[in-house]
Amino acid sequence: MALLLAQRMMQAVAILFGVALVTFLLLHFLPADPAALIAGRSASAQMIANVRHQLGLDLPIVQQFWHYLKGLLRGDLGRSYIQRSEVAALIASRIPATLVLMVTGILVEVSLGLLFGTLAALKRNGIADRLVMTLAFVGVSSPQFVVALLLLYVFAATLGWFPMSGYGTPAHVVLPALTLGLLGAGWYARMVRSAMIDVLNQDYVRTARAKGLSQSRVILRHALPNALLPVVAMIGIDVGQFMGGVVVVEAVYGWPGIGQLAWQAVQQVDVPIIMGVTLVSSLAIVIGNLLADSLAPVLDPRIRGR
Amino acid sequence: MTMTWLKTTTAALALTTALAVLPAKAADVPVQGGTIIVTYKDDMATLDPAIGYDWQNWSMINGLFSRLVDYKFGTTEIVPSLAESFTISPDGLVYTFKLNPKAKFTNGRKVVAADIKYSIERAVNPKTQGPGGGFYHSIVGADKMTDGSATTISGIETPDDATVKFTLAQADATFLNVLALNFSSAVPKEVVEQDGADFGKKPVGSGAFLLKEWVSGQRLVFARNTDYFRERPNLDGFTVEIGQEPLVAILRLQKGEVDIAGDGIPPAKYLEMKKSPDAADMIVDRAQFETSYITINTTKKPFDDVRVRQALNMAINKDRIIRIINGRATPASQVLPPLMPGYDESYKGYPFDIVKAKQLLAEAGLKDGFSTELWAMNTDPNPRIAQAIQQDLAAIGIKAEIKALAQPQVIAAGGNKDQSALTWSGGMGWIADFPDPSDFYGPILGCGGAVTGGWNWSWYCDKTFEDRATKADAMSDPKQRDERSKVWAQIFTDIQTQAAPWVPVFNERRVVAKSKRMGGPDEIYIDPTRVIDYEAIYAKN
Repeated sequence: MALLLAQRMMQAVAILFGVALVTFLLLHFLPADPAALIAGRSASAQMIANVRHQLGLDLPIVQQFWHYLKGLLRGDLGRSYIQRSEVAALIASRIPATLVLMVTGILVEVSLGLLFGTLAALKRNGIADRLVMTLAFVGVSSPQFVVALLLLYVFAATLGWFPMSGYGTPAHVVLPALTLGLLGAGWYARMVRSAMIDVLNQDYVRTARAKGLSQSRVILRHALPNALLPVVAMIGIDVGQFMGGVVVVEAVYGWPGIGQLAWQAVQQVDVPIIMGVTLVSSLAIVIGNLLADSLAPVLDPRIRGR
Repeated sequence: MTMTWLKTTTAALALTTALAVLPAKAADVPVQGGTIIVTYKDDMATLDPAIGYDWQNWSMINGLFSRLVDYKFGTTEIVPSLAESFTISPDGLVYTFKLNPKAKFTNGRKVVAADIKYSIERAVNPKTQGPGGGFYHSIVGADKMTDGSATTISGIETPDDATVKFTLAQADATFLNVLALNFSSAVPKEVVEQDGADFGKKPVGSGAFLLKEWVSGQRLVFARNTDYFRERPNLDGFTVEIGQEPLVAILRLQKGEVDIAGDGIPPAKYLEMKKSPDAADMIVDRAQFETSYITINTTKKPFDDVRVRQALNMAINKDRIIRIINGRATPASQVLPPLMPGYDESYKGYPFDIVKAKQLLAEAGLKDGFSTELWAMNTDPNPRIAQAIQQDLAAIGIKAEIKALAQPQVIAAGGNKDQSALTWSGGMGWIADFPDPSDFYGPILGCGGAVTGGWNWSWYCDKTFEDRATKADAMSDPKQRDERSKVWAQIFTDIQTQAAPWVPVFNERRVVAKSKRMGGPDEIYIDPTRVIDYEAIYAKN
């Protein structure tokens, strides 16, 4: 176990280095000149050159990357070209909002997914199963933007049950979490259904039933924990994705998370912020997968033995 | 930053009409007190006056800081502000200002002459990395500070705490306009030095408002500066809520949760709102100092032939393009927008004439047409406009491949001589920094702007016009104003007739949505120089 974790840590460092390198190169060759944008439209060629020099953009690319890496080791992600603030501080200020959205969004999608996935598996090929699978299909294929606006229009603008936009109270989180949850629940429902069907056909479930255990006990105690394995792996991936920012949901609901920060930075070619958010979300994906991998042996003794 | 400023809309209508003479509605008189909510999609970049240069932070910076001179509310008339009075020497080279003794920074310190000198030097200093440095080139010694060979500007002197004297290298009719720009705002040196790069997040000025709170990505809270040296503002404060999708902002506005939707009305909602009688007093729709155009790279073949450029001018169906943006514009015949001094009403520009356009191409030896590239921003409605232009060009045998990219990439391509042949400026169309035709010449048609990273995307540089422009700018005596406008008008129409480096397409109007409780004339919501005039607007209850 310890060896596995050590291996995974090494992999994580290598992945992060790779992400930093690729993002840096991609942004470097982007046909946009931050110096010209910063210097303004009344700037002379000399002024643009001055700004380029101060930002270190006239150095050879290897040297620029080396400076960036040295900064990273000190936890310094640089300063935003546009806002002029420290990127690390900007990202840190947005993490709480993204965490709230991540936790509530995952809660909604997992609980809905488990509920409907199990139901579908139990009523396999029946009406309930077909209905759940159809809804799951609609869910996974609906554009986030449309669902977000629809929920907003019905529950906020028309019925007035929830605030339309913003952050700060439990009421604010309901619609964004529901948007994410409804879309993600489809994936979970399909996965739980197939895992459940697989588990329900196993010998130990048959044995449990033969011993005369009630249906609910068989499901909750014996089948569900074993059907949870793929769900845990999926949550690991979701953690990473959500930390990378749920750009559309954050944009529609005015949610002050990392996705919103990233989206704005992309529009303004604010390279230090784009780099910072990419690295932080890559780190989150790595950690999410690491967590899922570490949890798997706890849930499944077969993996523990390996 | 710059690009966002371009995208905008410093708007205008009454060029010389003072706000005082505008007909006020019976119950609509300025009220003191109350707070309002304003929304924007994007977070605020910075509130540092030496750096902030987009349409969103421009009005807020304007309200936080004050300058030697300013514009009379809702007009383009310059009046003293931080300066109580000023004099100009007969040769137009020396400007002397006497400061208002009541002016104080919000940290309690009095504003003195040294603050003005420091603030302008800071805006020019390359270390500040601000976009405003280029405006001050006419002050003696400013260029030396720009190139780093001097640490102060010799042409700014402070004989005593209450006097600031500027000496210019050449007469400059736009100098007072430059001093009214946000970049010229007074900042306290001790606070700037203490906060460094964070000054833009914790601004301290001597304006009508002060910043009480800034929560990144969520809100900025402004409160009335009780120590302000003028009678204004009307409001006790305003909260700017950030991250609001424009469509959501309009829904909230209609429910009365929001007072000003800063990003305007999205196209999908525009016609519905425009037609609704309920929304009649919620929409402010005004012309502005803006022209949207196609630049033609005059250094690239075959566009180095003026006949080809003229043919392009005749091939574009401007009315059809305006229909794409729901009619929110008027066709442009020339570089200057109609509200700008120097606009020539008698000049009709090139007619829409496909036959003549084809004939011109044939004369240029391009009977069978040619292929080229058209760059445009990738946000709605620009790709659709680019397609309309593409079809128009196809009608005269020109095959244009559309390169729709993010705004910074399009700007970079335009500012690179070898890259962009044709660029649609939509979304980045030229908006004047101040109401003077010279701002429509220097950066976008003059030789100074034809540099890598510059904004003269036609790469048009003609020494004859350069001389004429310099002479026009030297006509700084206010008595010469009308004559100067005529000189500028001739320069712009001559460029278009003789060289046709642009296809002027339309002059876009700006739209702001406000709640019914907001009072005051339209001019303060779409102000000629401030975007929204937070100092003058008020809530009726």
